[in-house]
Amino acid sequence: MTRKIIEINNLHYTYPDGSRALAGITLDVFEGDSVGIIGSNGAGKSTFLLHLNGILRSNGAVRIKGMEMTDKNLPHIRSMVGLVFQDPDNQLFMPTVFDDVGFGPINMGLKKNEVETRVQSALKEVDMLAFVKKSSHHLSIGEKKRVAIATVLSMNPQILVLDEPTSNLDPKRRQELIDLLNRLSLTKIIAAHDLDLISQTCSKIALMDQGRIVALGPASNILHDETTLAILGIKTHDLISASPNALRKPPTMPIKLAEESDLD
Amino acid sequence: MKHSYIDEYSGIDSFIHRLDPRIKIITFVGFVFSIVFTKPTSCLTFLLYGLILGILIALSKIPVRYILKRSLVVVPFALVVAAFIPFMKQPVGGYSLGPFGQAVSRDGLMVFWNVAVKSYLSVLCMILLTASTCFSDLLKGFAMLKCPQLIIMVLSFMYRYIFVIEDEFMKMKQAKASRSVEDSKWLDVKALANMVGVLFVRAYERAESVYLAMSSRGFDGTVRTIHHFQITAADMLFFSAMLALLIGAHLFGV
Repeated sequence: MTRKIIEINNLHYTYPDGSRALAGITLDVFEGDSVGIIGSNGAGKSTFLLHLNGILRSNGAVRIKGMEMTDKNLPHIRSMVGLVFQDPDNQLFMPTVFDDVGFGPINMGLKKNEVETRVQSALKEVDMLAFVKKSSHHLSIGEKKRVAIATVLSMNPQILVLDEPTSNLDPKRRQELIDLLNRLSLTKIIAAHDLDLISQTCSKIALMDQGRIVALGPASNILHDETTLAILGIKTHDLISASPNALRKPPTMPIKLAEESDLD
Repeated sequence: MKHSYIDEYSGIDSFIHRLDPRIKIITFVGFVFSIVFTKPTSCLTFLLYGLILGILIALSKIPVRYILKRSLVVVPFALVVAAFIPFMKQPVGGYSLGPFGQAVSRDGLMVFWNVAVKSYLSVLCMILLTASTCFSDLLKGFAMLKCPQLIIMVLSFMYRYIFVIEDEFMKMKQAKASRSVEDSKWLDVKALANMVGVLFVRAYERAESVYLAMSSRGFDGTVRTIHHFQITAADMLFFSAMLALLIGAHLFGV
């Protein structure tokens, strides 16, 4: 039986300037799931991701493996939830690739040789072992994205959270990254505008709009539902022509559209 | 995006490059102290220093042109300061110089020579140190020699982000150029001021995101790194040879 790994119960968040970002999100993620988060700009996707490892904490609504986001649990949660930011230049802040990938393991208090093996295996997993001594500044954007993923893989996370992993990548690099994500057998949460990426990597999709999850269901269903897609401003035939992969799986389950009463 | 380097010759494989960064830092800083504490009159010692540096540069396989070019960047500052000293000293046994016949003292000239030669030799030392060590190793070396963590962190982030910010600035400049029709110097200055402001705000925001990324990976206020430094027999040999040479130069030159 698969266990709940992330439990989110009625999560609200308002930014200090008063703008409301999340307005009651409820979501359960099971071990091994890969959940795509889609939604237009400003729907609250990135803010939502920042709650998953306690960078933002609001009303104690998020539990990871049953653990609440308390100061005591935080170090453990952060090693369990690997969050990869959209801009790899922000993710990679150390002078060399080695220092960057080793940053997490060292902070976890691991011994020197264990840090080294972690760095090696994480870089190997993303095919970037040859770059270990390079300076991050001298990598291409595709290489940076890969190393950025390695920086959290080295912490041996159980959940991988990615914000727009394919932005700014050319089609080849993009496909390589998708293949890489499919190779990793962790629980994955991926927020993206790239619906083809979502359809290729995720089994479930949550559609966000104005700080809420307005639809949640199997990927193929959501990507074929015209009313949900209308929220994104996508016409169905656009999607089908742009993303043939989305058509592969026939719809099997009805989409559960959250009702107004659930949301409030 | 350009591939810019602070330490473009740090990848060469030479005796100097292979030395442990800690030993290198101690030796070269010691060298600078030795230069500074040499009597201005002992020309022979300075000559010997120059010779030692020449040999070290040759050993490092770094192009001499590069080292000279870099030294030119620093020298004007020292020279500008030094150039005024001869005119400020009391003219005891001085000479008359220049179209206005300014009084120049011998003491003053001595100080000028002293500052000029010492600053140039010291700069050469530091250039050789920084050019032959990759920047991250240099920082680790300094950190292990108990240099304050805060300074190391500031330099480490500078090394990582200075070119990112430079790229951002270049893109902004290109965007501005594509929309500038009239060529007015004054508008340029105004736009530049705005761009610097925007750059600052962006750098600030980036710093916040970087901090989030650091926190996500368990950052708790101290940056810890691991190193692979090991002091070998070659390091000790280099260190003792340099020590002997410097003491020898001191004794010989008096």
